[in-house]
Amino acid sequence: MARITRDEVLHVARLARLELTGAEVEKFQEQLSDILEAVSKVSELDLADVPPTAHPLEIANAWGEDEPRESLPLDEVFANAPERDGDYFRVPPA
Amino acid sequence: MNVAWQPVVGLEIHVQLKTQTKMFCRCRNGFGGGPNTQTCPVCLGFPGALPVPNRRAIEETIKLGLALDCAIAERAVFHRKNYFYPDLPKSYQISQYDEPLCAQGKLVVPTADGGVTVGITRAHLEEDAAKNVHVAASGRLHGATATLVDFNRGGTPLLEIVTEPDIHDAETAKRFLQLLRQTVVELGLSDAELEKGSMRFDVNVSVRPEGSGELRTRTELKNMNSFNFAAKGIEREIARQIRIYEEGGTVEQETLHFDPAHEEAPPMRSKEEAQDYRYFPEPDLVPVHPPDDLVERLRAEIGELPGARIARIADTLSFYDADVLVTGGLDRLWADVVAAGADPKEAANVLANQFVAAGVDPARVDPAELAKLVSARAEIPRAAFDEALAKTGDTGFSAAPYLEQKVVADTGELDPIIERIIEANPAQAEQYRGGKQGLLGFFVGQVMKETGGKADPRVVNERVRAKLG
Amino acid sequence: MTLDTLRLTAEEADRLLRTKEISGAELFAAYLAAIGERDPELHAYLHVCENPGGDGLPLAVKDVIGTKGIPTTAGSKILESYVPVYDATVIANAKRHGLRVLGKTNTDEFAMGSSTENSAYGPSRNPWDPSRVPGGSGGGSAAAVSGGLAPWALGSDTGGSIKQPAALCGHVGLRPTYGTVSRYGVIAFASSLDQVGPVAKTVRDCAWLYSIISGRDANDSTTVDVPTVELPAGERLDGLRIGVPKEMNGADGIEPGVTEAVDRAIELAESLGASVEECSLPHSVDYGVACYYLVAPAEASSNLGRYDGVRFGLREDGADFREMIMRTRDAGFGDEPKRRIMIGTYALSSGYYEAYYGTAQKVRTVIKREHDALFERYDVLVSPTSPTVAFPIGAKIDDPIAMYMNDVLTIPSCMAGLPGLNIPCGLSQGLPVGLQLVGPQFAENTLFRAGHALEQAIGFDGVPERLR
Repeated sequence: MARITRDEVLHVARLARLELTGAEVEKFQEQLSDILEAVSKVSELDLADVPPTAHPLEIANAWGEDEPRESLPLDEVFANAPERDGDYFRVPPA
Repeated sequence: MNVAWQPVVGLEIHVQLKTQTKMFCRCRNGFGGGPNTQTCPVCLGFPGALPVPNRRAIEETIKLGLALDCAIAERAVFHRKNYFYPDLPKSYQISQYDEPLCAQGKLVVPTADGGVTVGITRAHLEEDAAKNVHVAASGRLHGATATLVDFNRGGTPLLEIVTEPDIHDAETAKRFLQLLRQTVVELGLSDAELEKGSMRFDVNVSVRPEGSGELRTRTELKNMNSFNFAAKGIEREIARQIRIYEEGGTVEQETLHFDPAHEEAPPMRSKEEAQDYRYFPEPDLVPVHPPDDLVERLRAEIGELPGARIARIADTLSFYDADVLVTGGLDRLWADVVAAGADPKEAANVLANQFVAAGVDPARVDPAELAKLVSARAEIPRAAFDEALAKTGDTGFSAAPYLEQKVVADTGELDPIIERIIEANPAQAEQYRGGKQGLLGFFVGQVMKETGGKADPRVVNERVRAKLG
Repeated sequence: MTLDTLRLTAEEADRLLRTKEISGAELFAAYLAAIGERDPELHAYLHVCENPGGDGLPLAVKDVIGTKGIPTTAGSKILESYVPVYDATVIANAKRHGLRVLGKTNTDEFAMGSSTENSAYGPSRNPWDPSRVPGGSGGGSAAAVSGGLAPWALGSDTGGSIKQPAALCGHVGLRPTYGTVSRYGVIAFASSLDQVGPVAKTVRDCAWLYSIISGRDANDSTTVDVPTVELPAGERLDGLRIGVPKEMNGADGIEPGVTEAVDRAIELAESLGASVEECSLPHSVDYGVACYYLVAPAEASSNLGRYDGVRFGLREDGADFREMIMRTRDAGFGDEPKRRIMIGTYALSSGYYEAYYGTAQKVRTVIKREHDALFERYDVLVSPTSPTVAFPIGAKIDDPIAMYMNDVLTIPSCMAGLPGLNIPCGLSQGLPVGLQLVGPQFAENTLFRAGHALEQAIGFDGVPERLR
């Protein structure tokens, strides 16, 4: 049975930068366990010689030419910025 | 109990390519305007933005791979490397994981007795992160800070090269880095300037008992921004690890962060938590299948690389001279000067020493004129030679006027001067005769001064020796 | 002239404009009036635009598609005040053809859902029965088109988000072949599955809108050239080989009324000259949902990483960067995105990659191969689009897996990058039933031809009974 432990929920939440409340952790543990159980079904198939599909189309070598295009003007760069400091984006210390 | 220890060093180098545009968008690449003026929805990671790979960056990566004798992948894939940081706008870096463009190559670092072969595990292509600037917030009492982010650098094409742990001393590590840098610069891929950050490297260091094949815990050295600094840092770390083992301890897996502004300061240590990057193939990009004709075209563009040139020229000159000329960017000029008639060793000598000191740009020199100058070196006064050499980079330089000035080699002219000087300096003459051979230089110097630099120093040397007895 | 926006097709509106029977301003105003009248109940729109001028056809746009200068929220609080500074390529294409953005339609948050109940701004309602869901994630566009609040709309489909709402609301929706419509400017959910597609009243309108938005885009390196679109006109289906996969049509949970309506449509197709034969997709239906709910959340967990409060969107306070982004993401994302981010992160994490994501990508190959094999013998595969008709709001919201099963019939072809068309084929319990036609890659013209002929023969009245 593929159940997810509380520690695992906390671990993935941390990896994904989600600060969950205690109640959320419990609720999600239950739901994620159900989902995980359902999706674990994929391992029932015999996939010995089956290659993975990363793309639905078999295309390759889609490249762009090394020719400059106009960048965004600063007012557009910062149009949605939560905090602008001069011409920088400002965030709490990393 | 004395064990001989063998250092084991591997390198991870990042080189910023100097393409016109960024790796996955067509914003201008390189220094330019003010912060955030070279950005767009793609390199800002705005919702809905998608990457489009830079063809030239891919080609240059393949080219470097070929120069490093790598196998070029038939199928290469970009992967996402996921983590959160302010300088990473998508919260993932597009990089390569287990299907890189180039793998299993080598770079031979020439030495006097053949060379050290350093395996290249892989060379791959990725995008650089943006730049965080950590600042103190004004008005705060307790040094609270903020982080300011400039996304101009974000998205710069970055070539990552990883070596096998085939390096066993700091000096070889340094020479490897120099040679790799020169190779990259000669291929026109990057300016590879450590101070500007267009070349960066990390060093992995461990030690093991000589003869054992094991690989012990390694530490990672980061943020050294000169090759000399790196050599010293590596040496210290090797010594530290040996000391630990000899005292019966264990080396911890750590990262040592050096301060580029304070080479002597001990590095900060951190045990970084193992990061889970959750690599998976980048679904917004399709695979790269380098076409054979492209690979062959790139291979043909490479030419003779610096390592090979050192090895070849060392057949004619000493290894040392060959190394100095090639790493100094002077071997092409040397070859031309020799072709124009100068003696190979004399030409090497002049180029490696006085020419470099004179600061002339080799690209501006007429090899034929320089050849004449080199060939006449013994015959013209030192001062005239030095003056001429300094001007060899001038447009239309001709050696002729300088060649007309001959040194005075006539002992008939020189002997009286020599005698006069010996007489005028009895104390030094006494000391010389008493054993202080070094004072020969004093007398020769006086004669040269007396003759305005025009005396032939070899003849003066001989005659002074003879006269002093 | 009073316009009956409930009946007006894009083709007809275009004719009226060209013959100058109505002006561009009148046309736009008619929709604004309809929206004023019915949208308070239907809640199809999150943002309604002012007339930008000109006399092009109005177009409703799902709120995951970036529109320059017009708020784009993806149905999430984390983008509540986000206004893009650039148009998605599909919008640029639409504008080049003179189309005008009428408004942004409601969606499950980040296109994750089958009912719009996951929208941070409240659900949309089914014009046939407002106590029921319009489907999702593109329920807003669906409610708009079926509710006479837009002549047509753009949606996005990842696991069925265009087709399933079209089925539940009784109109036409196309999920195009992957790679034929640019994703540039479209807020990403699952990159190898997302496609923007047309939502319309008729198959001809659908084909027309597809021809406007599709095509290779230099800004999206997963796009390819597209065969020229043919607007369908025929009435017969002679020569069309229809396959009826038994696992699709006999799947668990399909309501009898749905089966009945679909069976009648299949019989109709036969009478129009198509050959019909039962066939099999041995694993695609059985394992499709599990495969999808590994691949899509994995890609989403990475795509949603950029919502970190640094450059746009919501930002909560924090003493340091890490605290700020943890609080921002917790406050800004609803439960469904959080669930999917966590499942996705888990599926990609060290030690689990092979068992989950890696395995799912192989199952994807199996699904693709099974479909490819069938398309050697058939031109079109037919099934219901949704196992049920529209369900009541609130009925499945507490059961994520029950909600996921709404997509059991739309998901398999999505995994294979195949095009799928929904056309309404009848009613069950007074609510629309949708017929799904799936073709091989680049077979849109076949789908349009088949869909159009069937549509004409079925003669479904797309105006909700209660609004007639």
